[in-house]
Amino acid sequence: MRDFSYFRADNIEAARNAAALPGAMLLAGGTTLVDLAKCGVAEPATVIDISHIEGLNAIDASADRALIGALAKMSHVADNAEVKSFFPAVSEALWQAASAQLRNMATIGGNLMQRTRCPYFRDPANFPACNKRVAGSGCSAIGGVTRGHAVLGVSEACIATYPGDLAVALVAFDAEVDLGERKLKVEDFFLAPGATAEQEHDIRPGEVITAIEIPGSAAARRSTYIKVRDRQSYEFAAASAAVGLELEGDGRTIRDIRVALGGVATKPWRARAVEDALKGKALDEATIREASELAMEGAVDHGANRYKIALAPRVIARAILKLGETA
Amino acid sequence: MTSQTIIDPPEDGHFRNGIAANGSTPSPTTLSLHLTINGETHALDIEPRVTLLDALRERLHLTGTKKGCDQGQCGACTVHVDGERVLACLTLAAQVEGRSITTIEGLADEDGTLHAVQAAFLEQDAFQCGYCTPGQIMSAVACIREGHAGSDEEIREYMAGNLCRCGAYPNIVAAVRQAAQELRS
Repeated sequence: MRDFSYFRADNIEAARNAAALPGAMLLAGGTTLVDLAKCGVAEPATVIDISHIEGLNAIDASADRALIGALAKMSHVADNAEVKSFFPAVSEALWQAASAQLRNMATIGGNLMQRTRCPYFRDPANFPACNKRVAGSGCSAIGGVTRGHAVLGVSEACIATYPGDLAVALVAFDAEVDLGERKLKVEDFFLAPGATAEQEHDIRPGEVITAIEIPGSAAARRSTYIKVRDRQSYEFAAASAAVGLELEGDGRTIRDIRVALGGVATKPWRARAVEDALKGKALDEATIREASELAMEGAVDHGANRYKIALAPRVIARAILKLGETA
Repeated sequence: MTSQTIIDPPEDGHFRNGIAANGSTPSPTTLSLHLTINGETHALDIEPRVTLLDALRERLHLTGTKKGCDQGQCGACTVHVDGERVLACLTLAAQVEGRSITTIEGLADEDGTLHAVQAAFLEQDAFQCGYCTPGQIMSAVACIREGHAGSDEEIREYMAGNLCRCGAYPNIVAAVRQAAQELRS
């Protein structure tokens, strides 16, 4: 790991000023930054430790909304009683992510800022070509081992899968990220690679995430996050789905439904085609399975990851059916 | 944190490093830290990139905390910061100044009486080579305290961040279950 200067910011203004400087990177929980610095991917000149800033870790959740400070720890949000009651998919996405130790370190703001990464991205010594690390250098994954790579939102520049879980639930429920001067939909905050794979977030120099806000809804209250993976715990998703469901008074007609996918796309992926196909329809298995297939429109595989195209609709359908059973 | 590492807003685009007590400008690549470990305060002069794990093992000779993967995947370096389990290999030493750090060396009573989790690991033979054991025990103590040891299934999920290459998992689960029952009663 290349050495760096270390400075501790004790307020958000100092953090914003420092974040605008060339070569400066923010340190919150450190689980991504220290890891990527060790493997030679991140080479900050200056590390700005924001973890000691006070007043940024509050969790204020109710049926109306959840307002979560950027420095709240993943574990604390996952275990928060109101988040569990009113936003169960958010809690479930969090406790199924990483490990207990990492969730005690990682913050909500840092979670949104984690890099979209694949094994080639993490290994600059053996794979110099990576458009995320060096724009225009090429993609080592295309033509390589692609079992974990994305099938949605891919480009010729990059096929790395967005690895997070929380943001999938946030995208499903129209959450916003507060950057101080600007507020953005989380869905718009994440950028698909296109021709600029190195740019993963709509964030400008000097901007610092201060909070996320999730609007409450009936669909958020009746929601779940299902994560399918190669091993049962402490593993990235092969495919995951955050789903929320609101039924009409008859108990079987779908009034509102939210579907977002993880593990299959280059960014947290809202599956609006599935939602549109199911609104107003009866909650019946054949209809749900047929609509779930729409999530894969435009999918492009690279051989070894083709299974995701079959898997993801089944995960969506399982999540919807599970919510239907809990009526 | 000593004053030279706290920054003021860099209005002129440059950090204004503080001046050390003796009037000299400190090297930007060396930090003077005070870490509180197992109730004792230790003074350290280290590079900013030094992890808590390396500070514990190489500088303070507290080698109970183990280095396994050194990249956040195995849990052998689990310690407590302000009572919560974290990975020392992904924590910068500088970041935890002012926090209370507990390592495996600080778990037993001063008279040598083992913590209930340590005793349960012995009784249940919850290890073979023992290399992952300090991390397993630190993780288990926190797991029980968090209230995440209510069933074998929950113990497996919430202990998933600690790998055991010997495969002693059934006995580890048994030890955590036993300790959780003892600590509840």
